[in-house]
Amino acid sequence: MIEWLWLVPLLPLAGSVVLMASRGEAPHSTVSAIGVGSVGLAAMLAIAIAAEFLGGVDAAASYTVGLGGWIAVGELSFGYSLSLDALSLVMMLVVTVVGFLIHLYSIVYMGEDEGYARFFAYMNLFMAAMLVLVLADNLLLLYLGWEGVGLCSYLLIGFWYRDPANGYAARKAFVVTRAGDTAMLIGLILLATELGTLHVDTALARAAEQWPPGSGIAVAAAALLLAGAVGKSAQLPLHTWLPDAMAGPTPVSALIHAATMVTAGMYLVARTHALFVLAPPVQLAVAVIGAASLLLAALAALGQSDIKRILAYSTMSQIGYMFLALGVGAWSAAVFHFMTHAFFKALLFLAAGALILALHHEQNIFRMGGLRRRMPGVFWAFLIGAGALAAVPLVTAGFYSKEQILTAAWSAERGGTWLWLAGLVAAFLTSVYIFRAVFIVFFGPPAARPHAEPRRLALFIPLAALSVLSVIGGFVETPPLLGRITWFSDLVGSALPAAPPHELAPGVEARLALAAAAAALGGIAVAWWLFLPRPERTRERIAERERGSPVYPALASAFGFDRLYDAVFVRPFLGLARALRGEPVDRLYDGLVWLLRASWQGAGATQTGRLRWYAAGMLAGGVIVIGIAVLA
Amino acid sequence: MMLAWLIALPAAAGVVAWLAARTSPAAARWVSLVALGAELAWLVAFWLGAPAPGADGWLAEERYAWLPRFGITVHLAVDGLSLLLVALTLFLGIVSVACSWTEIEEHPGFFHANLLWSLAGVIGVFLALDLFLFFFLWELMLVPMYFLIAIWGHENRIYSAIKFFIFTQASSLLMLASIVGLAYLGFRSTGVWSFDYFDLLGMELAPNVAMLLMLGFFIAFVVKLPAVPFHTWLPDAHTDAPTAGSVILAGVLLKTGAYGLIRFVVPLFPDAAADVAPLAMTLAVAGILYGAVLAFAQSDFKRLVAYTSVAHLGFVLLGVFAWNEAALQGAIMQMVAHGISTGGLFLVAGLLQQRLHTRDMRRMGGLWAELPRMGAVALFFAIGSLGLPGLGNFVGEFLVLLGAFTATRAFAVVAALGLVAAVIYSLILIQRSFHGDLAAPVRVRDLGTRETAYLAAMILALVWLGLRPQPVLDTARPAVAALLEPGPAIAARDARLEAASLEARR
Repeated sequence: MIEWLWLVPLLPLAGSVVLMASRGEAPHSTVSAIGVGSVGLAAMLAIAIAAEFLGGVDAAASYTVGLGGWIAVGELSFGYSLSLDALSLVMMLVVTVVGFLIHLYSIVYMGEDEGYARFFAYMNLFMAAMLVLVLADNLLLLYLGWEGVGLCSYLLIGFWYRDPANGYAARKAFVVTRAGDTAMLIGLILLATELGTLHVDTALARAAEQWPPGSGIAVAAAALLLAGAVGKSAQLPLHTWLPDAMAGPTPVSALIHAATMVTAGMYLVARTHALFVLAPPVQLAVAVIGAASLLLAALAALGQSDIKRILAYSTMSQIGYMFLALGVGAWSAAVFHFMTHAFFKALLFLAAGALILALHHEQNIFRMGGLRRRMPGVFWAFLIGAGALAAVPLVTAGFYSKEQILTAAWSAERGGTWLWLAGLVAAFLTSVYIFRAVFIVFFGPPAARPHAEPRRLALFIPLAALSVLSVIGGFVETPPLLGRITWFSDLVGSALPAAPPHELAPGVEARLALAAAAAALGGIAVAWWLFLPRPERTRERIAERERGSPVYPALASAFGFDRLYDAVFVRPFLGLARALRGEPVDRLYDGLVWLLRASWQGAGATQTGRLRWYAAGMLAGGVIVIGIAVLA
Repeated sequence: MMLAWLIALPAAAGVVAWLAARTSPAAARWVSLVALGAELAWLVAFWLGAPAPGADGWLAEERYAWLPRFGITVHLAVDGLSLLLVALTLFLGIVSVACSWTEIEEHPGFFHANLLWSLAGVIGVFLALDLFLFFFLWELMLVPMYFLIAIWGHENRIYSAIKFFIFTQASSLLMLASIVGLAYLGFRSTGVWSFDYFDLLGMELAPNVAMLLMLGFFIAFVVKLPAVPFHTWLPDAHTDAPTAGSVILAGVLLKTGAYGLIRFVVPLFPDAAADVAPLAMTLAVAGILYGAVLAFAQSDFKRLVAYTSVAHLGFVLLGVFAWNEAALQGAIMQMVAHGISTGGLFLVAGLLQQRLHTRDMRRMGGLWAELPRMGAVALFFAIGSLGLPGLGNFVGEFLVLLGAFTATRAFAVVAALGLVAAVIYSLILIQRSFHGDLAAPVRVRDLGTRETAYLAAMILALVWLGLRPQPVLDTARPAVAALLEPGPAIAARDARLEAASLEARR
């Protein structure tokens, strides 16, 4: 099966091309069949390939499938080759399976939309680009996928193009991430010119040979790649586009801005981890950026009242955990958290989407309320997702992955108390903000009359499947205290170096786990105490009290980064454009024209027709000429 | 015989089209289409069947006597570089005829005559290896273009046409002086008058003389390219030209400037060119950023697209003066891809103007609802223009940056900022015209069959360049190698000439 690997990205690509070529004339059912079917086939193929890979002769191996050359110039050549190792296998599986579930869900969510075919064409194109990104065996092909997902992100954020605000959000996302991507492209050019290749494994091997750890060039290369990763993964300081990206349809938010594309930065760092090991300052920066992002985003999520923006900041925060893990060298933990996060965050978004749909596109949590009884299925799905996000101990997938990251942050050689503490505090905040949403949306007296909960299989299957995965998805890897299952790290360990064995005293380990559990449960308790609507404390009172709080403006504006960038980048650029609009260079040529015209007019003015002027001129000329002749 | 036909056929077809229009306007269109189509078919057949080029990179060469007293001949030759550019010229020529099918109704005969003569001049510029002939053809392509703008253009057509003419004329006068000066120096050292490229190649020149002569060529070419600050003719000319004129201007006429830099400036004056390289690369980077900001600032659809040319051609200039294989390959690829992506945007501008009778984007907005297919096409070319991997422009820009990075890192890094700026201007173009709310209800027709056909051809070409650029890169490679290493090429040429003269004596 592995030799069919190229079909995995090609199937959705073909779907996209067919849908685009249909020019919006294909009937609804055909569009669904092509749009969802192509991704479903890709998912099935991916599962078959995974089965063969896992049962294969040697799980440590990686397979390469070549599809010919792309660009070859001089000594450099970049081909269409895909490679499969344990890391890309996990990515491919999550992308195709979660992607398929979200496509299925979109049949219902987008069912009434006039741009139905366009939606699936873009979504399929996204799947193809994302799969190229994770399967590429050289960094230029990875960059093709990288820019491709960025384009699809733009297209889908601005999918409802009539509202200029959506267009603005879409362009903002593209421009901000392009800033990071351009740094990354320079990084690729640096690697290509210094190492003579962009083939990932070869380049990393050569880098390790040629560059001593901590050398300037390794630091520069790693820092440039990190800039790309930070942009795509919405980490500080290039994170401002993600909350606005929620302007897109909710399945888009689930697929692109939660489960897959935004984690591409994590994937890039993991894929080129050897380079980051050679650049310790940059790896430290990864950890610090992760820690700062996860804290900042968790705080910002507390100040939002739009359910999708809560989830957006939550995504930024959870990717911060992945960066923290990468920064301390816990590679496998980062990938593990990517996987569980994809399950529970997609679940949260899809559940939120069901709410939004039932409430006529209402997204403000304070205008929801009491939905537990009216939409029990959605309630349970959202609750399971929230539990996994908050890392409720033992029974949720999020607990196992987050606990692993916190332990690594404490114990790894590159870790430290501060990094751990940041992660722990944010874990507590995570619980508070997500259960704030749960309590306000689902408890208390009903605020609005929703449509009946839609009973559609295409809606039920994704929610049910993701709920199950959000519970059991963590059991593939458990801490030593809880059975020491290491399937996941054993698998990923064939592609990424295992985390340095941390020999912790059993007591310490138990205390770390207890602290993580306490943070999660404590957060829920605090949320219960602060945000559960009661007869004497209605949702309106809660909202009012929030707005009155002195920290509210900072939280709601996520610490004012948008205003800062507006003042530093946007307005100066607009001012420059305004100043140059009249084309100042052309004034130069206008000046030349004026000069010519003036001298022509000046010369013309001497032609007066008056004899005495001519005589005087001749006399003066004669005097000057004779004078020069005499004096010289 | 065959290369001369490449020039003669469109020139003759121009006359025929002019005469044919007396019977019916459609005849002029068909004559033009068939002539260009046949020529493109012939060229592609030649390309596919071309033998491997020699060490000097030339695929075919021919020479006819013209003014023997001054050593002026009709010396034509084709290598990978000129082959690609001639193919681009013919392809865009066909598209231009197709897009004028209903747009041009006044004097269709004279219009097609001018279009074809202009194309003949451009093709000649790409093939001429005699400097006098080159100058002659350089002027030949200019005059018909002047008429295209001045007669069939938009509001400000006379001003724009004259501005275009003066900028080009003034700068090409400097080139004429340099050509004559160079030939005279050749005459002084050998005692024989010759304007032949090969005879003048590798001549020993005093550094300050070389610099002076080089600047004559350099200025003529960077005005045409155009580089900042010589670019101000371009937005006016492009905006006021009819659609076909804009497509030909942006698609191929600008490329003659880049071609001149690659073919003449650096090979004839390698040391002087190296001295001026930092300045040229500074102009290139300035053009990339300046063009991007100015593009963003426009409210006229066509003028915005025109300024993107300044930015894109900045990459070409950067690649030429980085002067290594990756950079030159990138510059060539960028020339071809820019011809198609920008040509595509000009086509959309023309289609919009035909339907809405305006180019002002303040009066557009939300057109996607009415014109989804045209919107998709515009979006596609905008995405190509912002350098998305998978489309041709990315290959060009990436290779230019790669080559420039090897040459001088700082220029490559600053130029890369242009990639961010490209997103800003490309997407604002789509936002202001097709996205957003419908400014005023319009009832217009979406793309018809003819329009879909030529736009689809452009789209496929750009995708092909982006995904399978290798045939183009392979075609250009021997030419690029010969340009970078002129020594063996000069030696091979000397040997061949000697053999030919022996043959002749026998």
